[in-house]
Amino acid sequence: MNTLLWTLPLWPLVGFLLNGFFGRRWGKRTAGLVACASVFLSFAVSLFAFAAVRSADTGRLTVTLFDWIVTGNFHASVSFLLDPLSAVMILVVTGVSFLIHVYSLGYMGHDPDQPRYFSFLNLFVFFMLMLVLADNFLVMYIGWEGVGLCSYLLIGFWFRRLSAVRAGMKAFVVNRIGDFGFSLAIFLIFWHFNTVNFLEVFERAPSVAAAYSGTLTAIGLLLLLGATGKSAQIPLYVWLPDAMEGPTPVSALIHAATMVTAGVYMIARCSTLFALAPVTLLVVAIIGAATALFAASMALVQNDIKKVLAYSTISQLGYMFLALGVGAFAAGIFHLMTHAFFKALLFLGAGSVIHALSNEQDLRKMGGLKKSMPVTYWTFLIAALAIAGVPPLAGFVSKDEILWRSFSSPLGHWTFWLVGTITAALTAFYMFRLVFLAFHGESRVAHDVHPHESPASMAQPLIALAVLSVIGGWIGWPRTLGGGAWFEHFLRPVFEHADQTLALSAGEHSAGLEYGLMAVSIIVGLLGILLAYQWYIKSPERPERWKARFAGLYNLVLNKYWVDELYDTVIVRPIVGLGRVVYRGFDLAVIDGAANGIAGLMQSLAAGGVKTSTGRFRFGAATFAVGCAVALGWVLVTVMGAAR
Amino acid sequence: MLPVPLSYYLVLAGILFTLGVFGVIIARNVIVTLMSVELMLNAANLLLVVFARVHGDLGGQVMVFFVLTVAAAEAAVGLSILVAIFRRKGSIDVDRLNILKG
Repeated sequence: MNTLLWTLPLWPLVGFLLNGFFGRRWGKRTAGLVACASVFLSFAVSLFAFAAVRSADTGRLTVTLFDWIVTGNFHASVSFLLDPLSAVMILVVTGVSFLIHVYSLGYMGHDPDQPRYFSFLNLFVFFMLMLVLADNFLVMYIGWEGVGLCSYLLIGFWFRRLSAVRAGMKAFVVNRIGDFGFSLAIFLIFWHFNTVNFLEVFERAPSVAAAYSGTLTAIGLLLLLGATGKSAQIPLYVWLPDAMEGPTPVSALIHAATMVTAGVYMIARCSTLFALAPVTLLVVAIIGAATALFAASMALVQNDIKKVLAYSTISQLGYMFLALGVGAFAAGIFHLMTHAFFKALLFLGAGSVIHALSNEQDLRKMGGLKKSMPVTYWTFLIAALAIAGVPPLAGFVSKDEILWRSFSSPLGHWTFWLVGTITAALTAFYMFRLVFLAFHGESRVAHDVHPHESPASMAQPLIALAVLSVIGGWIGWPRTLGGGAWFEHFLRPVFEHADQTLALSAGEHSAGLEYGLMAVSIIVGLLGILLAYQWYIKSPERPERWKARFAGLYNLVLNKYWVDELYDTVIVRPIVGLGRVVYRGFDLAVIDGAANGIAGLMQSLAAGGVKTSTGRFRFGAATFAVGCAVALGWVLVTVMGAAR
Repeated sequence: MLPVPLSYYLVLAGILFTLGVFGVIIARNVIVTLMSVELMLNAANLLLVVFARVHGDLGGQVMVFFVLTVAAAEAAVGLSILVAIFRRKGSIDVDRLNILKG
C-alpha cells in the first residue's frame, strides 16, 4: 500500500501537466477525459488507502517521499500521513472532485478554454490532496497556498470580465491575510517545538503548554486566523460571495465542497493544540456560531441563485467551526463530509439551471422550471431537504449531532444551541425560498430562452450526489436513534489526545433531552420550509409587503450589512492611501531619487569631460606633446634626484 | 674623438625634434604635419648615429636603417590616407577633420 499511496496526489499533477502542455493540441474532449481519468485514478487509490488504514495495526500509515529541508537538528520531509481523518478527507475530495469533473464536461462543453480549465481543476485536486495528506505543517502549507492559487485562477477563469478579475484578486488578498496568520503560527511552532511534524508536535505539546502557557494560545489564535481566511469565517468571509464569479462547477468544488473546508480540517488536525488552549476553542465556537447566523441572515434576501448558496456555505462552515469549538471534532468533520455532498449537489443543480437558462442567475427571472428540468428539480429538492435538516437525510444527522454537542458538551452552552437552531430555521427558509422561486410557480423566464434538461454528463453526477446526500449521513447515525455512530468511532483515534485533554464526558445528559432537542431542530426546519411555502407559493405578494414594511432592515441585509463598504473605508482605503504616500515619499523621492541622482551626476561629469574631446587634431597633438613633456620631465627630475 | 663636441649634436637634435613637435601642432596642412614627423624621426636618427660613433658600436647605425625604412613606409601609408581624405572631404586642412568631436 505504501508504494501506491504516494501516487495519490500524483495523478492529478500528471493530468495538470499533460493538459497544461498538450491540452490545446488535443482539443476539448481529450483534455476533459484526461482530467476525469486522472481524478478517477486518485479516487481508486483513495479507496485502497481507506481500506489500508482500516486494517493497519497502528491506525495510521506514513510515507516519506524525500527529505526536503535538513539543517542542523531541524528536519522536514515531504511525507504523507494517512490516518482516519485524512482518509475521510481524501475520499471526499477525490470522490466529489471526480463527479464535478464529469459534470464539467457538460457544463463547460461550449467553452473554448476547456484545456486551461481542466488543467487548473486538476492542479487544485493535487494541492488539496497535498494539504490533507501532509504529515507536517510545511507540506500542508504548500497545499494551503496551492489551493488558494487555484482558487484565484479559477475565480478569474473568465478573465475578460472585469468583475471576475476583481473577485479573484479580492479572494487572493483576503486569503493572504489568513495565510499570514497561518505562517506566523508555523514559525511559532518551529520556534517552540523545533519540529513541524504533526505527530512530534502533538507529542511535545503538553510539555510546551506547561512551560509556556501563552504560546499555545497564540499558536491557536494564529491558526484560527488562517482558518477563517480559507474557510470564509468572520471576519474574513467577504471573499466567498464574490468568488461566485467563477464557473459554477468551480464554486461547487472549491468554494463549497473542498477548499473552504480546509480551515475546518486544519483545526481538526491540530485538535491537540487547541485542546491545550481552551480559550482558542471558545473563540472558534463563538466565531462559528456568529458566522452561521450572520451569513444565514444574508442568504435570506439574495436574488442571485449562486449568492444564496455562497452565504449558505459560509453559514454551514460556521456550523463546522461551532462543532470544533465545543470539542466535537468528529461532528465537525462529519458535517464537512455531508455538506460536501449536498452543497456540491446544490451548486451543480444551480449550475444546471444557469446552463439551461443561458447564464441567467437571477432568481426573479426563473420560476416553474420543475416541468422542464425534472432531474435537476428532484435532485435539488433532495439536497435542499438535506441541508434543511429533514430526517433521515445526511444533513439532519450531522447538523443534529452538532446542535446536540453544542448544547451538551462541557465546552458548549445553550446560547450556542439556540443560535444553531435559529440558523437551522433560517437555512430551511432561504433554501426553500430558492427552490420555490426557481422551480415552482409561474415561469418568469425571458421569452427567447427555452429551458431544457441538462445532458447526461451533468445529470448523472447530480443523481450520484443526491444518493450520497441521502445515505451519506447514515454512517454516523446517532446511538439514541439506534445507530452505531460509526463515523465518530472511526475518527476517535485521531481526536483521542484532544478528548483526553478536554476530559469530555458525554453521558451526563438524559436521552430524553437529546430526543427533545432533536425534535425541536426538526420542527424549526419544517417550520422554515412551511414559512417559505406560505410566502412564495401561497401568497407571493407577502414578501413584497414585508419588504416595504421593513425597508430599512431589508436594505441593510440586502447590502450585506455594508461590511464590504466598512472594510473598504476602514482598511482598504487607509492602506492604499499609505501605499500612495510611501510610493511618492519614499519610492519616488528616495529610491528613484538616489538612482536618478547618481545617473545625473555622471551625466554632468561626462558633459564636462566631453569638452576635452574636441576632435581637433592639432589640439590632440598639442596635449599629447605636453603630456609627454610632463611625463619625461617628471622622470628626469626623479631619476636625477635619486642619482644625486 | 669627435670633430665637434657631443653637446652640439645633442642640442641640434633637440632643436630639430622640437621643431618637428611644433610643426605637428601648428601645421594646418597635413603634408606639413607628415614632414614634421619626418623631422622628429631624423632628430632621433642623428642621435643614434652620434652615439654609435661615440660608443664604437655599429648597432646604432643599423637601427637608423630600420627607422628610415619604417619612415618611408609610414610616409607612403600617410600620403595614401591623405589622398583618401582629400577625395572625401575636398580638403586636407586638419582643422576640418573633426568628426571625432565628442
